Amino acid sequence: MQHLGIVPGGAMDEVAHRLANAMVGNFDDEATLEITVLGPELVFDEAVLVAICGAEFEVKSDGRPFPLNRPVFLAAGARLVTGRALRGSRAYLAVAGGVQVEPVLDSRSTYLPAAFGGHEGRILKRGDALPLSPEASSLAAQRYAKLAKSATERFGMRTVRWSAPALTAPEHEPIVAHAMEGQHFASFEPASQRAFFEATWRVSPDSNRMGYRLKGPKLAREKANEILSGPTCLGTVQVPPSGTPIALMADHQTTGGYPKIAEIAFADVPRVAQLAPGGALRFARCTLDEAHELRRVAKARVDASLRSIAWAFGR
Amino acid sequence: MALRRQSTPKPLGVFPLGDTAAFVEFAEELDLAVNAVGQRLAAAVRSRGVSWIRDVLPTLGGVALHFDPDHAELPAAPLQAAAALVEQCLAEGLPPGDELGRSIDVPVCYDPEFAPDLAEIAEHAKLSREEVVRRHAAREYRVLMVGFAPGLPYLGGLDPKLEVPRRATPRQEVPAGSVAIANKQAVVYPYAISGGWNVIGRTPLTLFDAARRSPSLFAPGDRVRFMPVSRGEFERLRSAAGRRS
Repeated sequence: MQHLGIVPGGAMDEVAHRLANAMVGNFDDEATLEITVLGPELVFDEAVLVAICGAEFEVKSDGRPFPLNRPVFLAAGARLVTGRALRGSRAYLAVAGGVQVEPVLDSRSTYLPAAFGGHEGRILKRGDALPLSPEASSLAAQRYAKLAKSATERFGMRTVRWSAPALTAPEHEPIVAHAMEGQHFASFEPASQRAFFEATWRVSPDSNRMGYRLKGPKLAREKANEILSGPTCLGTVQVPPSGTPIALMADHQTTGGYPKIAEIAFADVPRVAQLAPGGALRFARCTLDEAHELRRVAKARVDASLRSIAWAFGR
Repeated sequence: MALRRQSTPKPLGVFPLGDTAAFVEFAEELDLAVNAVGQRLAAAVRSRGVSWIRDVLPTLGGVALHFDPDHAELPAAPLQAAAALVEQCLAEGLPPGDELGRSIDVPVCYDPEFAPDLAEIAEHAKLSREEVVRRHAAREYRVLMVGFAPGLPYLGGLDPKLEVPRRATPRQEVPAGSVAIANKQAVVYPYAISGGWNVIGRTPLTLFDAARRSPSLFAPGDRVRFMPVSRGEFERLRSAAGRRS
């Protein structure tokens, strides 16, 4: 529905979101909780099967370290404190049966700028109750039973011996993200063209789900003519007159009037999304064909993980 | 009966927009006739129902085609496949433009309270305020594109005498329903956001409601007329709209 100005939205790190859902036996399209930098304290009214995947948060359950990137069976009344992100910025908490907020425009995602979707179109606050599936606790028991072959106890919690690979959280910084020259790349001064691919960029604190402002050298155009408003995509890097580039993220506007200097390869967007404010990245120039290849490789890697997880469930 | 094929402008090119979208660019400058062709092409592509094309988005100067990166049928070279599809649509003749879109009457109150920039525009254009309002409401506009925010229409057909640049400093918050102009276009703000356009009135209509079956009042190709209404009529229409939603 982008022709009506409605953004695609969704998870900032689609890979972690998919893996989290898979690990509790959900389909892709179940809603998860996106936890950003500093997370909530949650209490579960009933027994649930949960998984937290993506950034490395220091999650504790009733005071004990909660294992990440794997399914965990929690008894009714369990309390989770998700704490602070140590590596990366976004983790996805999936519950077997999904988070059952009402879909809006065929999606359970929240769109904050226009306040619709998700839970009342807003950020969660203390006291909010999130609806789970009416089958949540029976699904938790059934699905954990299917994992019996690899079941184990860790810190007194019922979990499994395996874990999903951390495919997106930064291992060391600056991370490298591949980017293609954008539609207006050639209109930038040669020094700016070079600077884009040579600089170490830092994510500014005033970044959000719409876009990441990148601190570094100011980028200037040779001719500062106004650009006709045109389409943007996830990963488009646009440069307003100030010269500070903005990498467009999940809630990006569908169109824009700023020149587009580059587009981040689709395969690398989840890793860029995992940078926290202050996080560092460098861009590596790639061609369109190379971007396609990166996407195929990334997809194969995710598919392989999903198959392994399905295998653990005996499917 | 022989069909006379109109000569349609060829696109400047089909360019990659990242590796999961393509942009069919027709013009780098605003041209209402070229925009109309773009919308007809968008309609033609949509009607093909290509499984791996997730969104078809007419913009001011072209059409964007967004691919579904996870689709099983996504071609190995999607940009080339998209370019071939566009060529095919153009070769077979595009659907006529006048059947796209609906006619929409938009009531607007131009009272000073709703029109903070009207005096400035009048001065810039060397017209009276009444004349600015008359010229704004006299024309039929076409929705060139909906973007920047859900439900926000970019309208073409503004009286050339009313052309003014965007404001040097955008306003922190432009109220929902604000009718504004800048350069050669008019817009209407669907909800309160920051904006740099010159505000000359307000409509009581709800432009965007995610819960509505047709969430956006405006779609590309719609024909729009502004109808001046009094403050009293504005309030009456606004409470009626509030009751319906």
